[in-house]
Amino acid sequence: MSLTDLTLHAMQKRLQDKELTSVELTRAFLDRIAAVDGRINAYLTVTGEQALTDAALADRRLAEGRGDALTGIPVALKDIFVTEGVRTTCASRILDNFIPPYDGTAVARLKAQGAVLLGKLNMDEFAMGSSNENSGFGPVRNPWNPDYVPGGSSGGSAACVAARMAAATLGTDTGGSIRQPAAHCGVVGLKPTYGRVSRYGVIAYASSLDQVGPLARDVEDCAMLLQAVAGHDPADATSVDLPVVDYRASLKDGVKGLRIGLPEEYFIEGLDPEVHKAVEQAIASLRALGAEFVQISLPHTDYALACYYLIATAEASSNLARYDGVRFGQRVDRGEGLIDMFMQSRAAGFGPEVKRRIMLGTYALSSGYYDAYYLKAQKVRTLIRQDFLAAFEKVDVLLTPVAPTPAFKLGEKTADPLQMYLSDIFTIPVNLAGTCAMSLPCGLSAEGLPIGLQLIGRPFDEATLLRAGYAFEQAGDWHQRPAPL
Amino acid sequence: MLSKYEVVIGLEVHVQLTTDTKIFCHCATRFGNQPNSQTCPVCLGLPGALPVLNKKVVDYAILTGLATHCAIAPRSLFARKNYFYPDLPKGYQISQFELPICEHGRLEIDTQEGERKTIGITRIHMEEDAGKLLHDSGTGSRVDLNRACTPLMEIVSEPDMRSSDEAIAYLKKLHQIVVYLGVCDGNLEEGSFRCDANVSLRPRDQKEFGTRAELKNINSFRFIKQAIDYEVERQAEILDDGGRVTQETRLFDTATGTTRSMRGKEEAHDYRYFPDPDLVPLLVSEDWIEEIRKSLPELPEVKIDRFVTEYGIPRYDAEVLAAERATADYYDALVKEQGNGKLCSNWVMGEVQRALNESGLPVTECPVAPQQLAGLLKRIEDNTISGKIAKQVFDGMWQSGRDADTIIEQQGLRQVSDLGTIEPIIDQILAANPEQVAEFRAGKEKLLGFFVGQAMKLTKGKADPAALNEVLVRRLKAEG
Repeated sequence: MSLTDLTLHAMQKRLQDKELTSVELTRAFLDRIAAVDGRINAYLTVTGEQALTDAALADRRLAEGRGDALTGIPVALKDIFVTEGVRTTCASRILDNFIPPYDGTAVARLKAQGAVLLGKLNMDEFAMGSSNENSGFGPVRNPWNPDYVPGGSSGGSAACVAARMAAATLGTDTGGSIRQPAAHCGVVGLKPTYGRVSRYGVIAYASSLDQVGPLARDVEDCAMLLQAVAGHDPADATSVDLPVVDYRASLKDGVKGLRIGLPEEYFIEGLDPEVHKAVEQAIASLRALGAEFVQISLPHTDYALACYYLIATAEASSNLARYDGVRFGQRVDRGEGLIDMFMQSRAAGFGPEVKRRIMLGTYALSSGYYDAYYLKAQKVRTLIRQDFLAAFEKVDVLLTPVAPTPAFKLGEKTADPLQMYLSDIFTIPVNLAGTCAMSLPCGLSAEGLPIGLQLIGRPFDEATLLRAGYAFEQAGDWHQRPAPL
Repeated sequence: MLSKYEVVIGLEVHVQLTTDTKIFCHCATRFGNQPNSQTCPVCLGLPGALPVLNKKVVDYAILTGLATHCAIAPRSLFARKNYFYPDLPKGYQISQFELPICEHGRLEIDTQEGERKTIGITRIHMEEDAGKLLHDSGTGSRVDLNRACTPLMEIVSEPDMRSSDEAIAYLKKLHQIVVYLGVCDGNLEEGSFRCDANVSLRPRDQKEFGTRAELKNINSFRFIKQAIDYEVERQAEILDDGGRVTQETRLFDTATGTTRSMRGKEEAHDYRYFPDPDLVPLLVSEDWIEEIRKSLPELPEVKIDRFVTEYGIPRYDAEVLAAERATADYYDALVKEQGNGKLCSNWVMGEVQRALNESGLPVTECPVAPQQLAGLLKRIEDNTISGKIAKQVFDGMWQSGRDADTIIEQQGLRQVSDLGTIEPIIDQILAANPEQVAEFRAGKEKLLGFFVGQAMKLTKGKADPAALNEVLVRRLKAEG
């Protein structure tokens, strides 16, 4: 077994037992990146030299007995995380040349633990997309089959873990951007509760929905990465000041007596039969472990997609106004005046999906349309959140598919944005409700593509979510199946 | 012309707050430093940066709201005002739109006709300032973002003013209050207090308001009056000719004293306001409001009344003294120490003000402390020195920082009032001026001043004028 096949927690044990050095581990990952990323295109920037320097520092720290949970662990970041001195593009041509002067909070927390940053990962431009085809730097390919998409927007983060090019990665999830690619790439992805992880230094797509989370080989690895980045941050007014529990402490407590809700609106016609079957098998497996299943309803589910595409695009239209060519990023100036410079810079810098969403959002906020679109969407959002809170009166966790189908082929849905948007139909409501959810591998399709299971938890109850996920995962071996790269 | 139309004016004032740091980050707000030296990822609008509200700004807004009798909202929201401009780094300004922190306030002004008039305050909200564009010839324009994210309060009045004079009275009152509260330095040239005026006319018998023009960003009281007066004439001419005033934004040109169109209604921005998702709703508790209420200083109107009733000074004096908080505080401390309200007001408005003006010092840096000045005034009251000598002593105190008594003793300025010393001097004067004595006795009593002057000359001003008078009159009349 190669070093890069180890789980994060196995690496940690070996590092702390001095059976392995961070430099060896980091070299192994850099070699792996060099060997396979040409076929995947997960990395936009590899910081090899800096990684080896940091790995040597981590080794010294470990030798001195000052190691933290992640000291010496090689990880990689979605290119949406601002990193001091390292190019940060958000997969957009408009930020092609942007080198930030600061680290965001999650990155700073990883660095403080002595984690080794291998580089920055490909994604859909500004996190807008479900297939990673919207990158300004070429699509990412699915390590299970390069003809298929890895999902999006954190496609690079998911493919990177699946192809063993980092121990674990950080992504962001606005409407499913961690869970859907995790499902398509057969890895574990966790979207924490809104406010659990600081957004400071995360390039904003839709501020009221964006949340940082881990993508990793298994549930325990996810728990460890979440532990490192979770917690209140005074630099983010929307981060919540609640204590962070020890997520690994209750991981092995099992699911006996755990009440799991099955929302009827998620098991619908159009759900791929293979996905349906895999999810049914997961239910059986959890039932066998002692969980109790309850049929429940989330009655406003039908409105979630429309609601999301109003709120997210409205916020995005404003969040992306700062890319105007004035202070950073790409500028196109034909010398025809200020307005022309703004328009040309943005026309040249943004890709078609980003432009589409800016237009949608601008429209939704326009005078005369605001009440009918944005305000109404906010009201619907409240109803959707109430659906979830009411469900959690009856059950501890909800179980659903992550996506209606396994990964689709590159180019299959690019011509039809609405078909593409439907990929996120089961993940979007969770962001609107602001609660936490995770994606776990639960099967393979006949074509050999991974299928994902979604568990949804109460707000700020990531611990229960992780416990349920761990119980399911350990009862099978889906998480141990390697991508046939 | 003005008999035909009624002028309707509403004002929007931008007040720059005196907090040490910016409204959404920790950068300093100092004026005049190297361009872009007071910036960070937040006020530069860098990708990933997030705003965090400076609580002090909320304190100041509540304080201003209380001083202008506003209702303080228990829950208010920050909103994004979206537009593109190079001095606006995020492409939107964080402001308040729906649910501002203060609403439904008022301010009292004194009109030129000598009447009290209440001007309604629609709302007060908090927002961030933009940066500044520096245009240099040849190399193009540059952006200085030191001012970006500086805290502002926008105070919006009701359209309650009916003349440029009322508008100026309102602005001066508002200016006085924010400076009194210490929330604004009041510096008009540096743009700490900027005004937009909405001006319209309507026929006297018409109820509905006419179409208004918005006059932008005028930074002196004189210019505001000029701009409004020009605009009133311009609109009246249009109406007289049977035309229609267009709703538009107009810029005041200080060089010509005229206004010109900047953009019309059809070019008006759609700012696409929506609640800023990066900031949580601002909740203000009763306790918070009460805490601020306790720090509310005595405002000018109340102070003037108190000076009149408590210290027995004329209203005019009280108004002059209360115009600036520091002067009022100086006067207050002086009277508390000395007791004689009128004597104190004469001195603060007279000698102290004169000396301050000459030296260019603010009253807060006055070299003669109120306690020291009280010591001097006590010596006038107990006849140790005359008022005239006191001015000389005051100058000495100003220069040396020493107390009045020290200077009086060192320079031998104690007033001469014992008759044993005064009588021989008077003998000497009467003997030397027989003609004047005769004239006086013949009825030319005005000459008393001449004799007093002579006596003062001989005593180098130290003679007690009362004693001197008494002896002179007695001697001149007795022997007549």
